[in-house]
Amino acid sequence: MDLLSNKWIVYLALCLFVAGVSCNSVENKIYVKLNYTVPCVRLLNSTHQIGCQSSLSGDVGVLHVLESEENLDFVLRTGRNPPYMVIMESSLFTRSVMMKLKNGSGRVAGVAVVEPTSNPPNGFSPHTRCPNENTGVYSENYGPGLAHCNTTKWNPLGNGLSYEEFDFPIFSMKDDNDTQLIRQCYMDHNRPVNGSHPQYPLCAMQLSSHMSAVTNTPTCMRRNSINFSMSNEMVCDPLSDQNIWAPSKPLNITQNGHKADESVIIVSARLDSRSFFSEIGPGAESAASGLVTLLAAAHALRNATQDAQLDRTIFYTFFHGETFDYIGSSKMVYDMEKNQFPIDLDNVHSVLEIGQVGFYSSSNLWLHTDPVSMRNSSIQKEVKDLIANLNSAAVGLNVSVKEPGVTQPLPPSSFQRFLRARPFPGVVIEDYNSSFSNKYFQSMFDNADSLNVLYPPNLTPEEQLNHVTDTAKSLAEVATMVARALFLQAGGEKTQISSIKADELTVSRMLYSFLISSNNSWTQEIVAPKDIVHLNNNTVNFYISVEQQASLPTILAKYLLANLTGSVVNVTQENCRNQKESEDDKESKHLYNYIWVQGAALPNSTERDGFCVRSTVRWSRAISPAFELENYTTSEYSTWTESRWKEIKGRIFLVASHDLEMLTLGVGIGVLLSSLLLTYIMSSKADILFSSGRETTSATY
Amino acid sequence: MTAAVFFGCTFIAFGPAVSLFLFTIAREPLRVIFLIAGAFFWLVSLLLASLVWFISVQISNKESASQQKGLLIFGVVLSVLLQETFRFAYYKLLKKANEGLLALSQEETMPISIRQLAYVSGLGFGFMSGAFSVVNILADSVGPGTVGIHGDSQHYFLSSAFMTMAIILLHMFWGVIFFDGCEKQRWLAVAAVVATHLLVSSLTFQNPQYVSSLVPTYIIMFFMGVWAFYTAGGSLRNLKLCLTCKDKDFLLANHRPR
Repeated sequence: MDLLSNKWIVYLALCLFVAGVSCNSVENKIYVKLNYTVPCVRLLNSTHQIGCQSSLSGDVGVLHVLESEENLDFVLRTGRNPPYMVIMESSLFTRSVMMKLKNGSGRVAGVAVVEPTSNPPNGFSPHTRCPNENTGVYSENYGPGLAHCNTTKWNPLGNGLSYEEFDFPIFSMKDDNDTQLIRQCYMDHNRPVNGSHPQYPLCAMQLSSHMSAVTNTPTCMRRNSINFSMSNEMVCDPLSDQNIWAPSKPLNITQNGHKADESVIIVSARLDSRSFFSEIGPGAESAASGLVTLLAAAHALRNATQDAQLDRTIFYTFFHGETFDYIGSSKMVYDMEKNQFPIDLDNVHSVLEIGQVGFYSSSNLWLHTDPVSMRNSSIQKEVKDLIANLNSAAVGLNVSVKEPGVTQPLPPSSFQRFLRARPFPGVVIEDYNSSFSNKYFQSMFDNADSLNVLYPPNLTPEEQLNHVTDTAKSLAEVATMVARALFLQAGGEKTQISSIKADELTVSRMLYSFLISSNNSWTQEIVAPKDIVHLNNNTVNFYISVEQQASLPTILAKYLLANLTGSVVNVTQENCRNQKESEDDKESKHLYNYIWVQGAALPNSTERDGFCVRSTVRWSRAISPAFELENYTTSEYSTWTESRWKEIKGRIFLVASHDLEMLTLGVGIGVLLSSLLLTYIMSSKADILFSSGRETTSATY
Repeated sequence: MTAAVFFGCTFIAFGPAVSLFLFTIAREPLRVIFLIAGAFFWLVSLLLASLVWFISVQISNKESASQQKGLLIFGVVLSVLLQETFRFAYYKLLKKANEGLLALSQEETMPISIRQLAYVSGLGFGFMSGAFSVVNILADSVGPGTVGIHGDSQHYFLSSAFMTMAIILLHMFWGVIFFDGCEKQRWLAVAAVVATHLLVSSLTFQNPQYVSSLVPTYIIMFFMGVWAFYTAGGSLRNLKLCLTCKDKDFLLANHRPR
């Protein structure tokens, strides 16, 4: 019996522990939580705040599905139950509709935009028309007629929505079950029938995305540093990530400042993009095209730079945060000026930048130069040499390069930050002449579809990975040209350039990894074990974010650059992780970087055949110098910060009319007052009311 | 649904109970103590019943809806029987305590009569029962939404509040009748209490047709109230005297000098 009761006690205890998730059944009767909620968040710079804000516990509004721009009248004027939560298809997400809603004066509780399944054919760009106009090189002092896009608007489709401030939450929703539920709820309860107004109870939605930071960056940085108590609540964080760079021959990184006898060609691309909503940033043409081209060019040059003795070193650089007033490039130039970088500005010979090159096949490649610095004859000569090298490199390839014939400024590019320091010869390679050929610049539609990275239907992911798309072929052509031009620029022999060729399959795999799915068999082989968890099955999000450690595009670029420019060395895993080639080696880590990557999966086993890759890849923090200098009102450097928030959620439910609520309250107060009165009367007359059964004791006479 | 509904439903559910507490119990510390003890006894009965139900649910087949429904009915019946058992146990305890209190105290009369104890313990049971019935519903009524998105009735909060008010008052009436029945060995009264308790609890299975569960419950409450009034020593004559304000004359009339 003892054993049995023991067993029952143990079972009891187990039951109580295994109790299961506490699902509050009353809450489930009332609310339906939304699963996929992507908000627009608040960003701040030295003077403004942009983005969206909700109230502390979320904004509640009666659902209204917007049918057309004329239907806005219902929301803004005629509807009887404000505030409204507007659901719209992305075709209505235009500047005029959003500005009308913004001025809706309390009748608009929030907006939810349903993502379409295909890109809008006329293009859409929420960025400004003149990106980064205040932090480039053109100003009143430098090329005054060229500043602020006076000669040409780079992003003509830009409607500037990303840089507006909204005081209601704006969420993005996929067209899935939740959205169907919302539409059904609207049809059942909210839809005006035959012109009559809908009756309560009405379907409503609550969106919650309260942002802690307000006003601008100096305010929020000041609030960050207030020390009221032990726990310091931060309200905002500066946008930061990492720049990746790799010299074509090893440089001693422990010695900062000028390196004697080093002449460096900086070839750069950008690593980041953004969209109106915070976690979406596919950046296919704005970031991935240039990034993949530069990686492929570096790969093509691997053998050539090791075999031949070149006069100049090629410096492959990937800047992060260029979308937000050139965070990465301004930091690197600042470090070079302050002698905190292994090379300095005197070592830089020329700059070649790869911008947006994805649509090259339908247009030409254009080589942009800066007219102001070209007035100097020596700079002009160097630029002409560089362009000549680019032209010779294009011979024999299916690439046609041209220069814009008119005097126009450089497009938004990291090279402008170098020019701010001093004049350099440099060229920016783009696939457009006077305005972006990218119709979806910095929007959620700049994805694989817009870049025409298309795969034949019915392919498995593995087959898709190994299929060479047309876009990959054209980007490989561009990469070959860039690689050959760099070889010539670095002093290589013209006769040897025909062996330099970018690999189409590698380019296609890189495009697949950045634009379709970052977790595939190829990336799993070239990434170190500790970073496997960051790979996912979605398109890479290129937004810079605020993490101290690297984001996924940085991690991928790091490993890709290491594997494509480095070499495999026979070093044990222990030594590899400790950055040495043998037990007593103390010098190699100054010159090289060793990464132990996972390698291929062994057949019939979950083990992997890892190996050590030795490369010259390094990374440095990409944060605006304004935060190091603690000068948050500066207009010299980027001052962008992102607000912090507690929770982002959305839910739908029914609301009852205000009258019914007040009636309930009235009934409650009535019940309370009448029961108080009744009880008082009864208790004061209690001895009369309940007298017959009393013992006749106390009332003695 | 918002603060208005929250306060409205709270006042509806706990209004009579709070006013009873304020005017009849709050001033007498002994009554307060017995009220809280009564609440505790109800809590223990709920704990036992829920333990049994929880184990039986874990053992059972979670997928079969009819089995779950059967288990729920079983749980309700068990809970009612346990509550009444604990009411009886509390009665026994109070009898023993009263004898002990009398032995200890200096006075000759009992400081609190068994009838007052019946009322107080009934109200204690009622408070705790009402709290457990309605507090989590009230907590959800503070939010912006009301019940209905899955098709349930809108009047969930209101009817829960009214039901709770009825339950609290019913527990008070049952306490009076039950203790009186135990005192005078009238087991019919005790059986009637148990039966009506079972009836009221089973009526809640009619929800969401709130009318068919609330109306009979209020009718039963009215009858129980009348029965408890008579048990507690009231009569129609007393009521008439009170209502026509002739009570002063009555008192004076009774205080005839001997």
